Amino acid sequence: MTNSQSLPARTGVLVVGAGEAGVRVAASLRELGYDQPILLLGDEPHGPYQRPPLSKAFLNGTGDPTALALRNPEYFAEAGIDLRTGRTITHVEVGDSGAGTACCDDGDTVAFDHLVLATGARARALPVDGADLIGVCTLRSLCDAEVLRERLGSAEQVVVLGAGYIGLEAAAVTSARGLATTVVERETRLLSRVGAAPLSDFLLARHREWGVGFRLGAEVRAIVGDDGDQVRGVRLADGQVLAADLVVVGVGAVPQTALAEKLGLRVRRGIAVDGAGRTSHPGVFAAGDCTVVAHPHLPEELIGVESVQNANDQARAVAAGIVGVAPPAPPVPWFWSDQRDLKLQIAGISGGHDEYVVRGHPGARDVSVLYYRAETLIASESVNRPKDFLAVKRALGRGATIPPQAAADPDVPLKDLIVDRM
Amino acid sequence: MPKIVFNCPDGSQRIVETRVGSSIMDAGTRSGIPGIVAECGGALACATCHVYVAEQFRDAVGEVGDFEDEMLDDAAAERTEASRLSCQIPMTDALDGVEVTVAPAQ
Repeated sequence: MTNSQSLPARTGVLVVGAGEAGVRVAASLRELGYDQPILLLGDEPHGPYQRPPLSKAFLNGTGDPTALALRNPEYFAEAGIDLRTGRTITHVEVGDSGAGTACCDDGDTVAFDHLVLATGARARALPVDGADLIGVCTLRSLCDAEVLRERLGSAEQVVVLGAGYIGLEAAAVTSARGLATTVVERETRLLSRVGAAPLSDFLLARHREWGVGFRLGAEVRAIVGDDGDQVRGVRLADGQVLAADLVVVGVGAVPQTALAEKLGLRVRRGIAVDGAGRTSHPGVFAAGDCTVVAHPHLPEELIGVESVQNANDQARAVAAGIVGVAPPAPPVPWFWSDQRDLKLQIAGISGGHDEYVVRGHPGARDVSVLYYRAETLIASESVNRPKDFLAVKRALGRGATIPPQAAADPDVPLKDLIVDRM
Repeated sequence: MPKIVFNCPDGSQRIVETRVGSSIMDAGTRSGIPGIVAECGGALACATCHVYVAEQFRDAVGEVGDFEDEMLDDAAAERTEASRLSCQIPMTDALDGVEVTVAPAQ
């Protein structure tokens, strides 16, 4: 893993992006017996690392970044994977077969037989004045997390913009550290993009118990600073200014599609791929957060599935496609979030549901929401109910369902209710 | 550094050295041990790092936690009294040489 070495003149597979998806493409290729050179190229200074802990344990801890490594450095050498970090591909050309050449920012060029785009996503910037003030942080990369963690040491008043997973995980950490924390959200409830109202209400109640304040249905007008460009607060549309010496922006991610666009690939927010990770060019593959796929329930819609599971499963499918073996079985999408003593586990994609069932005793410290479309189970979200999560994941994996009426009783194990679809 | 002996689903045996404090799962995934899927990276969210701990190390690896207990009940492979989620076992010098068999399904 050196940055000074020039790139090889040719490689079998060029993987652009050394995150979860890129590493898995390379690893799976080797597991499938691919014996040509693999060049895995990342633009971040670090070796491949786990992203999920950045907004959770890493942010709250003192752990050193090496604990986040996805693989030991020796792994890449032993597997014959040529890993280069801190390198950016600026230009790429491909022929009809998918073979082509790529140029690096330092002028090196490399010829490849196959190209895989695993370029990930970047944090969405908030398009308001003051978004570049000192003390306004995003949380996507290890560099982001290191900056934010450093700032937490001296911050007193934190404003989190966005009540999605990243925002809520950040608020869970900052409030646990005793920092005054307020979450500002444009929608009128938490996790509005992914969850049903009972889940939003449940999480809102827990966060309020932790002392987190909320401004829901609130629009940010500007982030305001002092003469030294230090952040001092967040101005809302109603004119109110929330004082802040640290602002965490968690308003989503934008797929990195620049190379795909240069190649003329079909890009609809993300790079459009099929179930095998093929782009609109049959010889070019893509995997992970840079992609969008057909929505599992909504015809004509595309969806970006930003998760470790999706990155890995798409990567496995891409590797199978390159080697020319049958793709793995379609996976069940799943996702998790940690917020203090709450563990959220999500199975399936709930978008497109027409009914949901809540499992949980009123006032209990755990809850599950099961989502249905045309009376068939499509997804669930569980908080501290791991058996519900695993049962739904298993049912979805088998193409089975769980009758909604029976599922509503929180004391009946879901795994005993799994039945074939009608 | 303490060593871990992995008996892999493909019948191979791999020995991995890791630093104290790192979990058995961490050591396994970083070295690319087949069968340690560990999709959640050790967050106790997926039950895909299921291993069977050799009898002589059962006491040394400690007790199964409550959440882990629930996850193990519904793991993909059969649960036995040797079952653990390897993300929940931090390595210590006392665990040097610990032998685990990776579950056949995750």
